Amino acid sequence: MIDFQPTDEQQLVIDTVRQFAQNEIRPLARECEEAGKLPEKVLSAAHELGLVANALPESVGGGGERSAITGALVAEELAWGDLAIALAILSPGLTALPIAEWGDEAQKAGLKRFVGSGFVPGSLAIVEPRFDSDPFRPATRARRDGDGWVLDGSKCFVPWLDGGAETLVVADAEGTPQVFVVPRDAAGLRAERERNMGISALPTAELQLSGVRVPEGARLGGAKGVDLRRLVAQGRVALAAMAVGVARAAFEVARDYAKERQVFGVPVATKQAIAFKLADMAIEIDGARLLTWEAAWKLDRGEDATREALLARRQAARVALEVADGAVQVLGGHGYIRDYLPELHLRNARGFACFEAMALV
Amino acid sequence: MPISFDPNPATIAGREDMHEIALNVMRPISRKYDDLEHEMPWEYVNTMWDRTLGKTGKADAGPGDGMVTVCVQTEELCWGDAGLYLRTPSPLLGGSAVAAAGTPAQRERFLAPFRQGRPKWGAMAITEPQAGSDAAAIQTTAVFDEKTNEWVLNGTKIFCTAGQGALDYEGGIVVVWATVDKSAGRAGIKSFVVPAGTPGIKVVGLEKKLGIRASDTATLVLENCRVPADNLLGKAEVKKQDPAQAGDKGFKGAMATFDASRPIVAAMAVGVGRAALDFVKEELERQGIVIRYDAPPREQTAIERDVIDMEAELQAARLLTWRAAKMLDRGQRNNLEASMAKAKAGLAVTKITQKAVELLGPLGYSKKLLVEKWMRDAKINDIYEGTQQINQLIVARRILDYSSSVLR
Repeated sequence: MIDFQPTDEQQLVIDTVRQFAQNEIRPLARECEEAGKLPEKVLSAAHELGLVANALPESVGGGGERSAITGALVAEELAWGDLAIALAILSPGLTALPIAEWGDEAQKAGLKRFVGSGFVPGSLAIVEPRFDSDPFRPATRARRDGDGWVLDGSKCFVPWLDGGAETLVVADAEGTPQVFVVPRDAAGLRAERERNMGISALPTAELQLSGVRVPEGARLGGAKGVDLRRLVAQGRVALAAMAVGVARAAFEVARDYAKERQVFGVPVATKQAIAFKLADMAIEIDGARLLTWEAAWKLDRGEDATREALLARRQAARVALEVADGAVQVLGGHGYIRDYLPELHLRNARGFACFEAMALV
Repeated sequence: MPISFDPNPATIAGREDMHEIALNVMRPISRKYDDLEHEMPWEYVNTMWDRTLGKTGKADAGPGDGMVTVCVQTEELCWGDAGLYLRTPSPLLGGSAVAAAGTPAQRERFLAPFRQGRPKWGAMAITEPQAGSDAAAIQTTAVFDEKTNEWVLNGTKIFCTAGQGALDYEGGIVVVWATVDKSAGRAGIKSFVVPAGTPGIKVVGLEKKLGIRASDTATLVLENCRVPADNLLGKAEVKKQDPAQAGDKGFKGAMATFDASRPIVAAMAVGVGRAALDFVKEELERQGIVIRYDAPPREQTAIERDVIDMEAELQAARLLTWRAAKMLDRGQRNNLEASMAKAKAGLAVTKITQKAVELLGPLGYSKKLLVEKWMRDAKINDIYEGTQQINQLIVARRILDYSSSVLR
């Protein structure tokens, strides 16, 4: 039956994460962005909520409750707080979720540390620093070499938090895109911290892989490999949900400001030019959210969600950009000032057209 | 129920029924009745009357999804032809008004005839030459005659969809909005059921329109038109406070009609938009062009980008529509969501159909095909049942928590 109401359990998750985003993430968003640093305490506290662990299999101590819809609900709420911190909180999933879904027994054995007592970051290298970056046809190559593989190429927008042991790398394995588990300290792997327009609090790296040798067992899922279309769709749903979260955050700042700000003796929100802009924002945000849910629902049914995930990501990215830009405009000069959040929302929102699989559901 | 995009089996069955009619009955006569303008399309009317007699969409849908099913079926029929759809022999908006504001006895009295006999129509008459969305400016008067226990209606109504069908065929009804007290503003607005055959009401003209030409858009004149006291929907008393605060059932009841009708109009829009988008994709496929959903942005063609954006916009509109409908099924207040859906769908399909003409070039513009017609048909959805701007205003008031006196 067609329905748009989260389950009671999902509503509890939404309420919990929303409160966390409001009380723990939002107050630090600006400070972290300016300093280019993540709030370690917040990452630990988020880990205690078990947002990633709940989605991991019970066999490794997880909750066994992976759902793309729940994942999308969580991602929206976190990103409402702050996109960079949200991406950091969800980063363990970048490594853990693909291993849980496609890994062989030996690879899965390593998942236990993600459900342990401390926050363990994850990492996935999929985007390449070129204008025609294509997740389905990576220019990074994995070539067979004896009993292992040798990787060559470059990657960017790779979440690279302190304390991570390895990264997943998407590479073309003799004609098929596949995923490899690469230790961060592998010989031939060089990581350089990036400086981006937004999400400054999140450490991301540009990777150079020059003859990086990994054993046969590093290929995720062994001979069966990984369903990359599904992986990419999971990433797009997560990003779409986060774009909705950023848009909602920008919209709310604009709405609240417009009700406070007096012009000609009345709140500027009573002017139709502003009120209608806010109405359009609200409509577009809801539309993008529903597209995101639909793509997530398809994923949860185990169906190919490539089309739905693309539509959701494109629409949500466009909406986030337009809403954030609109929010800057509603605040006028104040929107341009870094004392207010919309300029950060605008910089972050633009990223959704460029990111790929920086979080997963 | 969890979040789900899986229609009920009954919804799917209803969609398939309507699709068959849309494809086999409506499409073949689509151009004919667009050209003929205002002619009664009996092929379609008789088919629909025979198929739906004795049942309504709601009764068919199974529990909990009645309104969603109505929207799904409406989309299907408007995929067939939106102009012909508006000729569907049914209570239409008149029925929505009676259902929203009438008593159980009134519902039985006015709607039961739609389940028997010959085809009949319902209509709603709100708009006047000087009063559109600003319903409080309505000049048509209703005066109570205590001697005969009747309401006496006087005034002129324009843009009354299906007004001719409703008055020309026995058993039809027109729900007329009129003021019982001009000094009371909105609170004085009441709605009255005028059955076909009532003396004093007549059709004085039919509009020639950009699109939906098969539909009869009537101008009605009421001259000392008398209806029984019991044809008033809601209460006669006028509360002179701000109705937004006072909870005036009469005006609110009338406005509640829109909470049900706006999702349907949004679904109509989605149907027209889908007709154009489906055709564009089929035509591209005939040319060997298949839309790739996994191509990197650099490799996407301009046409692929356009089509993907059209698909996203259409689906966003459809999902907003279903959400508003589902809330009605749940008995939740959906005033905000209904306006969101209507505003989104009206504008989205206006743009989608215009883009379809552009993409198809000469094929789009020519009357040999139906694309140009769909573009003309689509635009009305951005106008009637509250223009884009009226729905933006309603959304804005709700999200800002402003009354109509603060945000005008």
